Amino acid sequence: MANKSTRPTDPLIGNDSWNIQLDSNGRLKHFLTIEGLGSEILTSILDTAESFANVNEQRVKKVPLLRGKTIVNLFFEASTRTRTTFELAAKRLSADILNINISTSATTKGESLLDTLQNLQAMLCDMFIVRHSDSGAAHFIAGNVAPHVSVINAGDGRHAHPTQAMLDMFTIRRNKGRDFGGLRVAIVGDLLHSRVARSQIHALNILNTGDVRVIAPKTLLPTNIEDMGVSIYNDLEAGIKDADVIIMLRLQKERMQGAFLPSEHEYYSQYGLTEDRLRAARDDAIVMHPGPINRGVEIESRVADGEHSVILDQVTYGISVRMAVMSMVLGREPEHNATETD
Amino acid sequence: MNRLLVSNGLILDPVTQSVKTSNIYIADGNIIAIDHEPDGFEAELSIDATGLVISPGLVDLCARLREPGLEFKADIHSEVTAAASAGITTLCCPPDTDPVIDEPAVVELIHRKAANAANTRVLTLGALTRGLEGQLLSEMAILKAAGCVGVSNSRRPVSNTLILRRAYSYAANCGITLFIEPDEHWLSKGGCAHDGKVATRLGLQGIPVSAETVAISRALELILETGARAHFGRLSSAHGVELIRRAKERGMAITADVSAHQLFLSEMDINSFNSMCHVLPPLRSQRDMEALREAVKDGVIDAICSDHQPHEPDAKQAPFASTQAGISSLETLLPLTLRLVHEQVVPTYTALSLLSTQPAAILGIDAGVLATNRPADICIYDPEQDWQLDTSTMLSRGKNTPFEGWNFQGKVRHTIIDGRLVYTT
Repeated sequence: MANKSTRPTDPLIGNDSWNIQLDSNGRLKHFLTIEGLGSEILTSILDTAESFANVNEQRVKKVPLLRGKTIVNLFFEASTRTRTTFELAAKRLSADILNINISTSATTKGESLLDTLQNLQAMLCDMFIVRHSDSGAAHFIAGNVAPHVSVINAGDGRHAHPTQAMLDMFTIRRNKGRDFGGLRVAIVGDLLHSRVARSQIHALNILNTGDVRVIAPKTLLPTNIEDMGVSIYNDLEAGIKDADVIIMLRLQKERMQGAFLPSEHEYYSQYGLTEDRLRAARDDAIVMHPGPINRGVEIESRVADGEHSVILDQVTYGISVRMAVMSMVLGREPEHNATETD
Repeated sequence: MNRLLVSNGLILDPVTQSVKTSNIYIADGNIIAIDHEPDGFEAELSIDATGLVISPGLVDLCARLREPGLEFKADIHSEVTAAASAGITTLCCPPDTDPVIDEPAVVELIHRKAANAANTRVLTLGALTRGLEGQLLSEMAILKAAGCVGVSNSRRPVSNTLILRRAYSYAANCGITLFIEPDEHWLSKGGCAHDGKVATRLGLQGIPVSAETVAISRALELILETGARAHFGRLSSAHGVELIRRAKERGMAITADVSAHQLFLSEMDINSFNSMCHVLPPLRSQRDMEALREAVKDGVIDAICSDHQPHEPDAKQAPFASTQAGISSLETLLPLTLRLVHEQVVPTYTALSLLSTQPAAILGIDAGVLATNRPADICIYDPEQDWQLDTSTMLSRGKNTPFEGWNFQGKVRHTIIDGRLVYTT
């Protein structure tokens, strides 16, 4: 059943989609996608996050690293968890943060994305954290901001959600150690619509994970996903056999409308992660979920709340990882031979 | 000026596949002689074509001029001026203007404006269904009488197959050619890129090849039953080409075209969300592109068109899926096709035939040949001139092209339409 696992090797693919993320010193200027980043950058994010994890456990959870910086949470799509953890992360780094929920303001008045952006930029902020329903929106914004402004992608369409993927890697590393080479990771559910899964797959492969599997019904698998370096399973139990890490994806209720699936009930009967099925995985397997979870749709409550679950840890780690990314992006040394002006 | 002499040019005749250095004598809109000067001929204007290629004027099967309806993007005057500068002497405009070309008044408006612009000749396709809504038949006989050279539903859906069958049947009754842009709406709706590895990586909603092949298959069966004459435009996939090939082998009198950009770009080119490569049908895989080239080579594809779609800059300034599809492509039609020659996909004769003789035959018009007593529609280009595409020098109001900065060899120097020199550089 499993297709041959291949790593993406096509040199033509993704040639410049990440270049825009790096400055002339090869450091992160924007954080738009995991794709194309080197393992040293990913490891550096995880190591930095580790140092912030300690800050987060202190009584005074604040460091002055980004004092005087202005960060704008620019959300074109509703979100609670991601927006909140970015906000907390910014505050713990002593930055000023502004929340703008565009879905209910500018664009409904007919303003173009570019206009909105230029108006906000005129307020002299240093960083945009962007969530948008269009794939490529963060790239588009990063390509149109003033040179001193950085962009962090907090989720664009089905394309990428790199900070979520990094906090997932952080969670795996905390539980399974630094070497991903021996790990078998299974991602289960609606791969087709999932930006989280795409970013996770890139991150897992860059960190040299031994076996990355995706498990879904055919209607929820993107075409040629095997080219991203995963093996495909359509059967849950076969797919999670001996897995070290199981990542469950959220199933949106509207998937019944598009005829992707007959019913939540049927989905649960085939792909719901129950305690019973979890026995196929390794005894010490961890169960993850980017949230919000649908109990009884993709996951049984006993699993979500059980001893294998690290779902709430993921949320906690999200703050450290976002602090790491923000501080790395905004705390860069000025570029030498920089010719940028406003 | 009534009498024109084009002297000492390299006359490339795609019909006879012959080449010779000679003179062409033009009077009152027609070529009156080739080689030998007619008695008493006195040229009012002479063009020295030494070192230049003389080809039949190009006939473009699909170019959107944006007028009426979208004049903020472009207009007939701007686009026919651009077309003439690109060696295009006739172009055909699909019916999805606003208002739609479903009544004679719109046809007349377009023809009048084009005549005033006095550049490239503009032909029109009438709507297959009223308002292109896929519900009621358009007045095809009246549209034909008004000058429409064919009928088409553009890329708009006719979901009800019975209505489609009747529309084909009625078109056959009117003796008017169907121009089909094969697209199964339900399979392509919401999509913006080829359903393949790049769309998967970028998280873009895919358009599967079946959006094209299901539509072609349905159309072919209805053509068989109704006896309609049909042309399939803008093929994008290997499987689509295969269906056309088999239908032709069965003896069906159908023809097909491809847009020039489909022969040079693939899904790889949208790589970093390059909105200039957002087109419909989408740029497909490398393998599909190779199959299209093969079909151009072996004659399954009869014509290369521009599929010109000029846009204002804002139309491409957004995240990929939210940008508007289309390339401003009049001015790259000949350069790209000549590149096929340089890449040894086809010989020059074939390339020029795909751009002139064959599309003229598809439209059923008297054009695309260099012969005495035929209309003097002529494209004269310098085959050696190297140049680089710079959008700031494009004459089309649409600067939306992914070919900016590409190097080309071969540039139009003079365009003659109806015996009039309309462009020269």
